[in-house]
Amino acid sequence: MTNLKASLLALAATTALTAFAFPAQAEDSVFVPLFTYRTGPFAGSGIFIADGMHDYLTMLNERDGGIGGVKIAVEECETGYDTKKGLECYEAVKPKNPVMVNPWSTGITLPLIPRAAVDKIPILSMAYGLSASAQGDTFPWIFNPPDTYWDGFSQILKFIGGQEGGLDKLKGKKIGYIYLDAGFGREPLPLIEQLAKDYGFEAKLYPVAAAEMQNQSAQWLNVRRDRPDYMVMYGWGAMQPTAIKEAVKTNYPMDKFISIWWPSEDDARGAGDGAKGFKMLNWHGSTPDFPVIKDVQKYVVDAGKSQSPKEKVGTTLYNRGVYNSMLIAEAIRTAQQVTGKKVVTGEDVRRGLEDLNIDAARLKALGMEGFTGPIKLSCSDHNGHRPTFVQQWDGTKYVKVSDWIEPLSDKVQPLLQADAKAYAEKNAPWPARTEACDARS
Amino acid sequence: MSFVYSIFVDPFVQMIGAPDLLVQTLWEGLVGGVLYALIALGFVLIFKASGVFNFAQGIMMVFAALTLVGLHEKGVPAFLALALTILVMFALALAVERVILRPLVNQPDIILFMATFGLTYVLIGLGELVFGGNPKNMITSELLLPSGSLDFKTLGGLVSLQKIDIAAAIIASLMVAVLALFFQKTRIGRALRAVADDHQAALSVGISLDQIWVIVWFTAGLVALATGIMWGARSNVSFALEIIALKALPVLILGGLTSVPGAIVGGLIIGIGEKLGEFYWGPLVGGGIESWLAYFIALAVLLFRPQGLFGEKIIERI
Repeated sequence: MTNLKASLLALAATTALTAFAFPAQAEDSVFVPLFTYRTGPFAGSGIFIADGMHDYLTMLNERDGGIGGVKIAVEECETGYDTKKGLECYEAVKPKNPVMVNPWSTGITLPLIPRAAVDKIPILSMAYGLSASAQGDTFPWIFNPPDTYWDGFSQILKFIGGQEGGLDKLKGKKIGYIYLDAGFGREPLPLIEQLAKDYGFEAKLYPVAAAEMQNQSAQWLNVRRDRPDYMVMYGWGAMQPTAIKEAVKTNYPMDKFISIWWPSEDDARGAGDGAKGFKMLNWHGSTPDFPVIKDVQKYVVDAGKSQSPKEKVGTTLYNRGVYNSMLIAEAIRTAQQVTGKKVVTGEDVRRGLEDLNIDAARLKALGMEGFTGPIKLSCSDHNGHRPTFVQQWDGTKYVKVSDWIEPLSDKVQPLLQADAKAYAEKNAPWPARTEACDARS
Repeated sequence: MSFVYSIFVDPFVQMIGAPDLLVQTLWEGLVGGVLYALIALGFVLIFKASGVFNFAQGIMMVFAALTLVGLHEKGVPAFLALALTILVMFALALAVERVILRPLVNQPDIILFMATFGLTYVLIGLGELVFGGNPKNMITSELLLPSGSLDFKTLGGLVSLQKIDIAAAIIASLMVAVLALFFQKTRIGRALRAVADDHQAALSVGISLDQIWVIVWFTAGLVALATGIMWGARSNVSFALEIIALKALPVLILGGLTSVPGAIVGGLIIGIGEKLGEFYWGPLVGGGIESWLAYFIALAVLLFRPQGLFGEKIIERI
């Protein structure tokens, strides 16, 4: 009898512990893991984005009770921007049936691309990852809206062309490209090589190894010797503030130093007054002056449910995180509409992403009027290739200084298609798309 | 033939053709080298006194700088924050001696080495817990450190010396000189050298090993703080700085694990060598050679002097 009691007690304790250790997702919730990095060398970029992503989803739970009456179960997994840790995170969340995965690292995204179709988990690599994965026919499970890195470079080039009086004026110019010497920074190199041939400019490359992010004086000495007419940066984490400081130190004209969309206000602020004039691409607001951000402040930040300092809410990278989570939420909402189900799966959300159509009216309803532009994805276009604008650091904040700039689609699209084809051939036998395309997309 | 020319002739033609850039490169290398030397010095001090290869030296640099800036962010005046940070580094040295070194005394070296791995993660966690993981700007002007540059129109061009780099070079040189005097001329310094030579003999003449360990770890903490302030001023204070500290490894290979002059000379060779290499030879292979060139230089030296430039030659009877 004593043994039986002991066995029952042990069984009860085990059950309780198991339930505690592996909480099952409630039936009326969808599981959204967020791969974040609040620690390590890239935390300077990662923290703001993690806060923005988390806070928007929390706001939906608090204000609306989730999406379509279904709570969002949010769970962060710390990757430290380390591919190995990112893959461990993926393995950890996979059994919990995530509706999508946000790797937040090109390095983590690349090995997940072949797995996504097998595991039936869509990957949202928002404006990062493999540019060619915008080709939905080849990569039905990968989505990288609203722009690829290739679009971004072409937009910067178009802006430079505008400054010079036309793209034809780029002939004979030197354009420097300083980049994190990792998957992310190397990603646009084939495009740069091609565009240099097409427009006749000379591309000067300045790779910065991750170990040298805070030790860039040699690269900037090279810049001083080469005297590029413009400098383009694809940086991340600690690389960005150091590059801006080095540019100031080298007396490089800051209004000719243009970055892809990743620097934060802090990255520019650290370089002092010398950083005035520094430019970067963006596609959304960099202030808290939007209804959506006000709601985040009201329901999350003021309620003490955010990890973000109040003054960082509404800054560039925080808002980037908000935008990312808006895409997640709208994909889930669209999946609910398409399938008629409340609790959707990864396969449903993949359809939701392909059917995503956030028009001006929807943006207004989301409290994002004027925050960003509309976006529509389709079965073949998983990106949208949306226009961006240039914003400039005025010493205290970023100020929009250009109109919306469309990517050079006539140049980029054929290259993306060719690259997608080359990827499939290199990874043969790459599975042909079998996923049906919904009528509405 | 053109490849041979571009490796063996062209860089030197460039050096002669643009001497201002050569001087600028040498200066950047010198400043970087002095800071590498300081980091390496922290490793050497601890290794000499306790035989421990302190893997946590890099994170001690980040932790010290983060404490300084973090305290200032919380409203503590700059120099009070500096004093408090020095106290924190002293408390850390005490804690390391009590919690790690004393219980592990007489354990194999690898155990102590692994313990410093553990210390690394404790300091990372503690730093992030107290001050957060986001990068912070060094309080350069509050500490009355100079900013701006001194520009010299000379050698047919411009040589620009950042005032903070000049300060870094001066402060690092002063620290090395003070440490050298401390270890050569004071009673504690002589005791430390005795411990470094032979623990048993030092104990037999009444030298307190515990006290020496605290002093050495505290000194390494001060060196870490100075390095953290200088590197932090050049970029910012973030956990990425820990990676920079790994540059001390080739410096140690080159200079020897037990030699203070070795750390200094090794640091300068690595610092200047990597900048010259990246600037004049890097473009030949697409750039980005700096991160491995330091190890290449160190390994090349090892081929001829396995004990490093200044390391002790170990002869063992077989």
